[in-house]
Order: sequence, then structure tokens, then C-alpha cells
Amino acid sequence: MKFSNYLTTIEGVSIYPIISLSLFVVFILLVFLYVLKMGKQEVEHDRNLPFDESISTKNL
Amino acid sequence: MEVQKFIYDNKVPKLFATATIFWGAVGMLLGVIAAFQLAFPVLNFSDIMPHLSFGRLRPVHTNAVIFAFVGNGIFTAVYYSLPRLLKTSMWKRSLSLIHFWGWQLIIVLAAVTLLFGYSTGKEYAELEWPIDILITLIWVVFGLNMFGTILTRRERHMYVAVWFFIASWVTVAVLHIVNSMELPIAFNSLKSYSAYAGVQDALVQWWYGHNAVAFFLTTPYLGLMYYFLPKIANRPIYSYRLSILHFWTLIFLYIWAGPHHLLYTALPDWAQSLGTVFSVMLILPSWGGMLNGLFTLRGAWDKVKEDPLLKFLVVGVTCYGMATFEGPMLSLKNVNAISHYSDWTVAHVHIGALGWNGFLTFTMMYWLFPKFYRTELYSKKLANTHFWIGTLGILLYAIPMYWNAFKGYFMMTAFTPEGQLQYQFLEIMQTAIPFYIVRALGGTIYLVGVFIMVYNLVKTAKKGSFVPFEEAEAPALSKEYATPKGIHWHSFFERKPIILLVGSLIVISIGGLVEMIPTFLVKNNIPSIASVKPYTPLELQGRDIYVKEGCYNCHSQMIRPFRHEVVRYGEYSKAGEFVYDHPFQWGSKRTGPDLARIGGKYPNSWHFNHMLEPASMSSGSIMPAYPFMFENDLDISTTNSKIHAMRNLGVPYPKGYEAIANEDLEKQAKEIAENLKNDKINVSEKKEIIALIAYLQRLGTDINK
Repeated sequence: MKFSNYLTTIEGVSIYPIISLSLFVVFILLVFLYVLKMGKQEVEHDRNLPFDESISTKNL
Repeated sequence: MEVQKFIYDNKVPKLFATATIFWGAVGMLLGVIAAFQLAFPVLNFSDIMPHLSFGRLRPVHTNAVIFAFVGNGIFTAVYYSLPRLLKTSMWKRSLSLIHFWGWQLIIVLAAVTLLFGYSTGKEYAELEWPIDILITLIWVVFGLNMFGTILTRRERHMYVAVWFFIASWVTVAVLHIVNSMELPIAFNSLKSYSAYAGVQDALVQWWYGHNAVAFFLTTPYLGLMYYFLPKIANRPIYSYRLSILHFWTLIFLYIWAGPHHLLYTALPDWAQSLGTVFSVMLILPSWGGMLNGLFTLRGAWDKVKEDPLLKFLVVGVTCYGMATFEGPMLSLKNVNAISHYSDWTVAHVHIGALGWNGFLTFTMMYWLFPKFYRTELYSKKLANTHFWIGTLGILLYAIPMYWNAFKGYFMMTAFTPEGQLQYQFLEIMQTAIPFYIVRALGGTIYLVGVFIMVYNLVKTAKKGSFVPFEEAEAPALSKEYATPKGIHWHSFFERKPIILLVGSLIVISIGGLVEMIPTFLVKNNIPSIASVKPYTPLELQGRDIYVKEGCYNCHSQMIRPFRHEVVRYGEYSKAGEFVYDHPFQWGSKRTGPDLARIGGKYPNSWHFNHMLEPASMSSGSIMPAYPFMFENDLDISTTNSKIHAMRNLGVPYPKGYEAIANEDLEKQAKEIAENLKNDKINVSEKKEIIALIAYLQRLGTDINK
């Protein structure tokens, strides 16, 4: 007998994949929405962070 | 606002960088040796010592490349970029040094124990329990240091690279702890048994294995890419918005994809399908990330022609794109039917390891060393040579492996018009050898490139003088922070590292839990096949020898429900057959044939001669010989504690059985020795080989009882 048959003993096991997919869709929609609404200034500040090391001219 | 002075420490990143290169060379050298062993079995040096045989060497290679080479590479990137992105020093220098030396100690212990045969038998998690505990401690030290730094930062916003580092840290911690659950047979013994068995063990292992690729080889290196690629190209990342999307979708999706390593196995169908669906979706964030990297170079393509570092980056990021396109394809059941157990998987991971991890690491080194020594790179020309040699090495490595995988598949599945298998396993394996030789040459060429880099970097260091510290200054963060108008809710995450940590933890936990809980619940419901019984003491000892020698590196114990496999190996494997297997030994690669139903297929004498001299029984076999199993006496002093540990893990040995287990062991050993005598083989029943034969003869026989 196929192993998956034993799973029928768990009530409503097929809900797991559906829950997971919905969770993912909702979550990603939220992130997508956020990304679209991000302020331009904020984006510019963040993406330039690697270039600001605040190094002094003199070394120790 | 008050401006504060602080320093960036270059000593620790330089230590990690040096370790990265050193272990990289060692790990790749071991890979080259292992590759040649598959073509020339004499290189296993079996007659001289057992330590260098393929089954022990290959785990040292994989662990060295993943945890020593890439691991130190990650730490180099973190210790260099984190302070600079957050405008602060690393939190505690003492913790940095404990982290550094602790990690190197782990690597040395790992290499020594693996070569001496101490292995848990789970791929990429072979290290035994004391080392697992040490890894946990050092990982905590790393985490404390990282979060201490983040919490004492002078830049409110955390750049996307920092998120990748945080998510990687927390996920690796979860993966390592969950997968390393094992019960030592005694506190004075290095030997332990996985807490999980059979199907559950396989699911946990590949949830771990896949996410080790995701959160050790990929996400930290994406952090590295998001920091170093803009720095080297001298232009900010193409789209910061895309990088945020990349981050969240990637960590959300990756964690679900583990079951794609177990398609067509005895894993429940729904878990397999879940793994496939999420794996296919993974293309989106992965390619989003790759394009983000490549588009950053837009308008700088003329520079790519000149600058070897940019060349490395372009090929490295492209390899990431190729591997992450290939990965989802391999997760489709019909493609996986071809690729699983074949050299296709090996080619796939090496596109990732040599192209993505290797080339990104080399770029980082070529960029960092001149910075450390405040000078120019000694020779651009040599770096260019390294680039071309490395690329050639990757091609020579990968192409024969792909070719061999398809050739092997067509030969494996070929039937004569009469309905017989057209080719024997040995014939197919023999045709693989020329491909293995070219692959090994590809690896060698790639390694030569690494030595060219070492020479170039040493010369660079000699040219300049080391800058141990760089002084910097920045205003402190004000305690009261009023969110500026128009700033969005997600910036809350970017400002609150602990919340980002918890958020990442929740996101990665959902996938793991949804996948695993049902399978663990099933445990109580599996009407384990009534005839499947625990191993006898002698078989259990034999199984431990099988694990010790790393037989799973070349042999699977999982027959998929395909006509060609069932005809070749026997009845396909059932989940219920593995309920006492701590750890499971399904394997992932068939350099040798499947062993799930080897029991009873040949007489004891066949196994005896085969283990002593494989080619004597299977002409042209590339299996190493195991002469020392015929010399060493089986250590039966451990039987008691092994049976005891197994019962604690749920294997139904009767109470008090451990006290008399050795009587049964000796009885069974005697029977096998007597049986061998009938075939004119005289051997003491005390030898290790007797236990191994007992185990092999048991495999897959229970369902016929």
C-alpha cells in the first residue's frame, strides 16, 4: 500500500498545502505593496549605504 | 549632534580571508583526489590504510568546501562589511577571536574524526555529537557578536545585505539544531544515533540539506553580492526595491523546497508535491536577485572587458542564475526521474559551488587584499588568467557530468525486445570512467587557478603594508526617533533588528513546521509492516561499519517505483521498511548499485571476496577494497550501549536484552563463519567483515518473510 494512504488517518491533511500557498500569497502581496509604496528618498538613502564608510583621513 | 570616533578592524577579516583561501585549497584538493579515485580505485590506498578511501574522503571534501571554505568566506564578508554598513566597530574583539579560532578548531576536528570514520551518516551533517555541540556554541558567539554590533550601530537603516546575514544566521541555527538531534551511545563515546528514523529522518535530513545550500551557500553570499558588487562596480545596486522583494520571497520559499530531494521515494506524495511547487516558484526571487546583480553593471560593460574582478562577478552571478534555473527544473518529477542518483546532481552543485561561491569568493579576495595592504593588486593579468582558467575548469567539470548523467539514464532504462535489461550496472559504470577522468582534470585546472590567486595575493601583500585599523567617525544614533512623514511600515523592520530576526524566524519556521508536523504525526499511524523487525545485534554492528565507511556516498538504499529499477534491483522500497533505521541510509548518488534488496541475492562467500577484492567478483569495479575489515576484530564491548540507545529511540528490543545481546551476536557470527567454511573460506567469526556480511544479507529481506 502506498505510504500516502496512511495520511488519510490525519483529519484534513490536504489543508496543509492550501494553507501554505495562501500564506505565501498574502505575505508576498504585502511585501510587494510595501515595495511599491516605498519613498524615493528612503530608497536612495538605503541603496547608497555601502558607499558611506565615514572613514577619517588619518589612520591609527 | 555629537560625532563619535571608532575603528574598523581589518585584522579579523584578514584572518578569516586567509583561512578561506587555505581551506578552499585544501577542500578542493581533496575533491580532486576523490574525483581521481573514481577513475583509478588504486588511489584509495586501501592496502595501506582505511582513512583515505572514497567513502571517508568525500565527506571531508564536502564539509571542507561548505563549512571551511564558504563558511570562512561568509565570516570574512560579515566582519568586513557589517561594521562599515552600520558605522560602528564589531561589538567585541574577544568574541571575534573566539569565533575565528573556534571555527578553525571545528574544521580540524571535523577533518580528523571523519577520516577516522566517526560519522553520523547524514550527508553534510556527518559530524558527531561533541562537534555538533561545539558548532552550536561558536555559532552563538558569532550571533552575539553580530547582534551586539547591530544594536550598537550608528546608522539607523540596515542595508539589505545585513538582513541576509541575519536570516542566514537564525536559519542555520534552527537547521543545525533540528537535524543534529542524536543520542550518543555513551558519554565517553563519539558514536551516536539519529533521533529520527527512516522517512522522518530522510525528511529532516533533506530539509536540512537543501537549506544548508539555501542558507549557507546562497543567502549569506547574496548579502556578500549586495555589498561587494556595488562597491566593485562603483555604482549602487540596480533596484533596492527588488532586493527587498528578493529577500522576503527567497527566505519564505526556500525552506519549503527540501522534499524535492526525495521525489519518487517512500516520502508521502503530498510532501513531494509541496516541495515541487515551492521549488518551481523559487525561480522568481532567484532570477530577480541575479538580474538585480547583473543590471547593476549596466552602463559598465566596457569596464567588464578590462576588469578581471567584474568578469568573475558576471560569471559568478550568471552561475547563480543557471543553478537556480536548473534547481526548479530538477524538482519536476519527470526531470528528477533522470537526474536523481546521477552525476547531473553533482554537476548542478558544482555550478553553484565553483561558479557562484568560488568566483564570488575570489572577487572578494582580489578586492580586499589591496584594501588591507593599501596598494594595488600585484597583477591584473594573472587575475585575468585565473578567471579564464577557472571558467575552463568549471566547463570541463560540468559538461562530462551532464553527458554522463544522460548516457547513464538511457543505458539504465534500456530494455531488449525480449524485455530484459540491456545493460548490466557494471557495463554502464565502466562507460562513465572517461567522463570521470575529464571531470577530475577540470577540477585540477580550477585548483591551479586558486594557486595562481594565492601567488598574486601574496605578492600584493608584499607590495603594500598592512592597515590593521581604519579610523572612522559618525554621529551617534539619537534615542528619540520620530518616524519621518511618508516613511512606510517596513522601515520599522529595517530599524528593528530583533524584530527582523523574529520575523525571519517565523517566516522560515512556517515552511518547516507545515512540512514536518504531519509526517511526524504519521509515525503513530504507520502500521509498520508486521514482518519488519529490528536488526539483530550483529547486523546493527555491521550497519555501523556501513555508516563508518560512508557506503552511502556511492550506494542508495531506496528503489524507486520504475520498471527499470524494479527489474534491476527488486521490489520498490516501502516507508514501513525503514522504521528502525537510525539514521536512514537512502543515499543520494548511485556510483555503485542500489543495495535496498541486496540481502540474499548473493552467498556470503560472494560478499566476503567482494569486500576483500571487489574486482575479483565484479570485473572492472571501481569500489575500494576493505582489507582491514578482515584484520580487525569487531568491538563487541559497545553492543550493550548500542542496543540500549536504540531502545531509548523507540526500537522495540525487549527490556534487558542488552545484557544478553552479545550471546546472540556470537551465535549469528558463528553461523556465518560456518557457512563460509562450506565455501572453503576460513575466517574467524570475530572479524568485522562477518558483521558487515550479516547486515548486507539482511537488507530488504523483511518484507518477504
